[in-house]
Amino acid sequence: MSIQKTARTHAGINKYNGPWDDAAKLHLLRRTLFGATFRDLKYLENKNLSDAINEILDDSVSLPSPPLNYYQNDNNNDPNVPLGKTWVNDTFGGQFNSQRRNSWAWDWIGNCINQNFNIREKMTLFWHNHFATESSIFAYAYFGFEHTKLLRENCLGDFKGLVKKMTLDKAMLRYLNGEKNQAKAPDENYARELQELFTLGKGEQANYTESDIIEAAKVLTGWRINYKTGEVYFTESRHYDKNKVFSKFYNNYLLRAGSSQEDAEKEIDDLVNMIFAKKEVARFLVRRLYVWFIYYEIDETTEANFIEPLADIFFDNNFDIKLLMKTMLESEHFFDTANRACMIKSPLDYLAGFCRQFEIEFPRIEDDIENTYRMWGYIYYLSSILQQTIGNPPSVSGWPAYHQMPSFHELWINTDTLPKRVSYTEYLIWTGYNRGGFRLQADTIKIASKTSKPEDPNQLIQDLVKHLCPLDVSDEVKLDMKSILLSNQPLDSYWTEAWMNYIAEPTNETFKNTVESRLKLLFAYIIKQSEYQLS
Amino acid sequence: MNRKEFLQTAGQLSLIPVVIGGQPIRAFGKTLSNTANTFTETDHVLVLIELNGGNDGLNTVIPLDQYSNLFKARENVLIDENKVLNLEGTEKTGLHPSMTKLQEMHKNGELQILQGVGYPNQNRSHFRSKDIWVTGSDSDENLNSGWIGRYLANEWPNYPEGFPNDNMKDPLAIQIGSVVSPVCQGISVNMGLAVSNPDYFYELLTDDDSTPNTRSGRELKFIRTVAHQSNEYAKVVNEASEKGSNKSELYDETESLAKQLKIVARLISGGLRTRVYTVTLGGFDTHANQIDASTGNEEGAHANLLNRVSEAIYAFQDDLKLLGLEDRVLGMTYSEFGRRIKSNASSGTDHGSAAPLFMFGKNVKGGILGENPQIADEVETGDGVEMEIDFRNIYSSVLKNWFCLPSSEVDSVMLQNFDSLDILEDTCQTGSVARALQKKSGDTWIYNYPNPFVESTTVKYASNGRHVRISVLDTQAREISVLVDEDKSEGEHTTILNASSMTPGVYYLQYQSEDVMQSRSVVKIR
Repeated sequence: MSIQKTARTHAGINKYNGPWDDAAKLHLLRRTLFGATFRDLKYLENKNLSDAINEILDDSVSLPSPPLNYYQNDNNNDPNVPLGKTWVNDTFGGQFNSQRRNSWAWDWIGNCINQNFNIREKMTLFWHNHFATESSIFAYAYFGFEHTKLLRENCLGDFKGLVKKMTLDKAMLRYLNGEKNQAKAPDENYARELQELFTLGKGEQANYTESDIIEAAKVLTGWRINYKTGEVYFTESRHYDKNKVFSKFYNNYLLRAGSSQEDAEKEIDDLVNMIFAKKEVARFLVRRLYVWFIYYEIDETTEANFIEPLADIFFDNNFDIKLLMKTMLESEHFFDTANRACMIKSPLDYLAGFCRQFEIEFPRIEDDIENTYRMWGYIYYLSSILQQTIGNPPSVSGWPAYHQMPSFHELWINTDTLPKRVSYTEYLIWTGYNRGGFRLQADTIKIASKTSKPEDPNQLIQDLVKHLCPLDVSDEVKLDMKSILLSNQPLDSYWTEAWMNYIAEPTNETFKNTVESRLKLLFAYIIKQSEYQLS
Repeated sequence: MNRKEFLQTAGQLSLIPVVIGGQPIRAFGKTLSNTANTFTETDHVLVLIELNGGNDGLNTVIPLDQYSNLFKARENVLIDENKVLNLEGTEKTGLHPSMTKLQEMHKNGELQILQGVGYPNQNRSHFRSKDIWVTGSDSDENLNSGWIGRYLANEWPNYPEGFPNDNMKDPLAIQIGSVVSPVCQGISVNMGLAVSNPDYFYELLTDDDSTPNTRSGRELKFIRTVAHQSNEYAKVVNEASEKGSNKSELYDETESLAKQLKIVARLISGGLRTRVYTVTLGGFDTHANQIDASTGNEEGAHANLLNRVSEAIYAFQDDLKLLGLEDRVLGMTYSEFGRRIKSNASSGTDHGSAAPLFMFGKNVKGGILGENPQIADEVETGDGVEMEIDFRNIYSSVLKNWFCLPSSEVDSVMLQNFDSLDILEDTCQTGSVARALQKKSGDTWIYNYPNPFVESTTVKYASNGRHVRISVLDTQAREISVLVDEDKSEGEHTTILNASSMTPGVYYLQYQSEDVMQSRSVVKIR
């Protein structure tokens, strides 16, 4: 299917000056947040395009608070960290590591669902996929926490600086064997991925050689992890302290070596600077962002009109991610109708977006912290079945949906995952997920209330379809929707009357039941539309 | 022996590993001894025809002995006495002139007329009254499940876990149309499948698709293709449609009801074991101009509707006869209410109360059950026809005498005791264990014994090693108690439901384990 030729765009990086209408706003919101909510759209009511993008890219917003001890009970008595307090400053490792790993991963889900009007969580997930590490392998909750903190803090910062920090990140050192890399037998794992997956890629202009990988591995020798403290340290005797020479691709760069920790740090600096002297690094990252935020197919026109100019800007501005994102998101290419509604939601986009759009209320930490975390854990588990486990991508290449040709995003959807997507969200509409005295459930009446005219079945359907389906559904489907709301009656006034009855007397169980049962049927029908899977 | 056969034949509680969502889990088969009664296998089919909007019963089945008072109350819509169709064996009651075919079916004993069907404290809101008819609730009670949904859940309690399977390959219920009917809503899941066109599933796999040639169109088409490939019932429905046929020449292809019933006959003849089909015809909300005064009160909008009903049912019955299926199929019309006795000034009638209902098929007893409504000399504007037969007595009769449920199970589906009516031939046979197997069909995550119970019942359930929550709900889906709400090790577990403080009646055990949801009805007795 992916080889079929479809309409494409010639649009480039010029600022978008088309209509700043709801469709354009919703497109921006869907791609930069987890699903667009009514609240998000309303927030943009009096903001222009520039304001909206500046706010979405605001990197001064404070970081989310660290993950907490939710697991304290008679069987799990953590002597160092009380219930409701964070464990990230406590002794590293220990007998509660697995609970803490849950705490970290589930809290991450919570951050996606409770995200601000800000691109940070989606960028963080982008970088998580880019610098993919598997928590089942690096194992320590604390490493996971530090890793995601690094991603969040630098998600709109400078790419070169992020790569330098990533090189000595504990999760990464452990995951790609950096900690085992020593002079007498250099381990090439990180050195290879640094070039192949993190910076240069495998494009036609990424002509580094096997010897470049060996030389880079030598540069990175000597770094270890202290498993008593959880900190990184350097062992001089393990460092390859002779000069390294790189291939013609790197202009035969001679990297001068030393033996002290200071020398080794400078070597990393030099290595990364050498790599980042290549324009291809900028192109590679722009392409990666393109696949994440716009579409998976990059044809020659897009390469020439969009990727290359963006790569120039990125390269000329010291790999400033924020500037790159701003230019990308403001562009006529991003807003081109050819690029709207063509992403297939990832499982996290689908589930976190569903929770946000369907006004699902989670228990509050201050009321019942265990349940709060467990409910996030429930979403984590569903996402996992749908083939996206946050904190645990399938390999160092990340999720295949972002790199596997020719199917890319289509890999999320198959005959197993599609019915599950529908049934999980259908349960959250009909019965909800119950646990510990709390019910996680779509609030169908609340969503309907946020539309512009809930008592008018036509307007209600139009508003809901506009928000929930990036691609308009057929008139026939809209008629079906209306017949659900009207129980097949011909007159709109029957719904209007039912809705007004409820509004006049919201505590009347029968009035409530009458509108709610129809709204549930309607929402269950909407999420079954293939259009709902798009973003 | 494959897993499903094993589940069906396991004599003892057995733990069998299966895989759900990539996680190894265990489900267990329900033992035969838990359903030790002998049950009847049935291949009976029910076809529900909804006359949407509230049918004017007084102009459908006309009480000729009340004609003079009717004349006073609704002269502008009343049918000329001389044009009313006679019904065999009675002078007092006749049919609307447009229903000659139903007249004939009545004569042949294939039509059962039930008089004054409704419920106490009639509600005249379309929505509310439909909800009452669909759920079988009392007028002041809110139920979330449909009566057919509860019936199907009683028969296949594990659905949808492990469905379709070798024991039941076919959809349990089919709604002809695009949207599943609330009548098929079970406790936690809708038991029906919406089929607008049985060939639809294949059509979309071809290039005949309206998706635009754009990036989003390409992805949409991809998702639609997967959606149709993953609809586990698409293939069987399509095969049944290919294999089945229609033999009657009488269907009017231009009429929606006839077209819907034609599909139903074809699917039944194609071998589907689907128990219930629902079809619908709209337009009965005749507030204005229900008759065409220029040509006579026996013509107009309402006459056309009744004619379509009559012709479509007749063609359907003819088809069933020719296909050799008439023994297996029972049909029934219903409408959310009748209309007011007094007509309004716009030659129409407003929302009323009780109304007659038709059942048809080879196995109805035939004739008329119930008396003509009494029309007073002075009719108030608000007066409707008084209820004579509670619609839930009809449902109970269908469950007991058509679907062959034991009385205790009829009560637990209907949530109260409603006596059966003498309207159906006795076609139930006993002695088969097929129904016991059917009850085990699929993956069992929870069951209890004994059931019904007096003081307490033992609840057995499986865990895939994750969090399990089991709650007890009343019939209005209110949570009464929580039996389990914790992480459970992989395997089988037991808990006791102590019912000493529960009032006798039907309750639901709701099992929930992250991605599995299963409900089971349990009955507390004195």
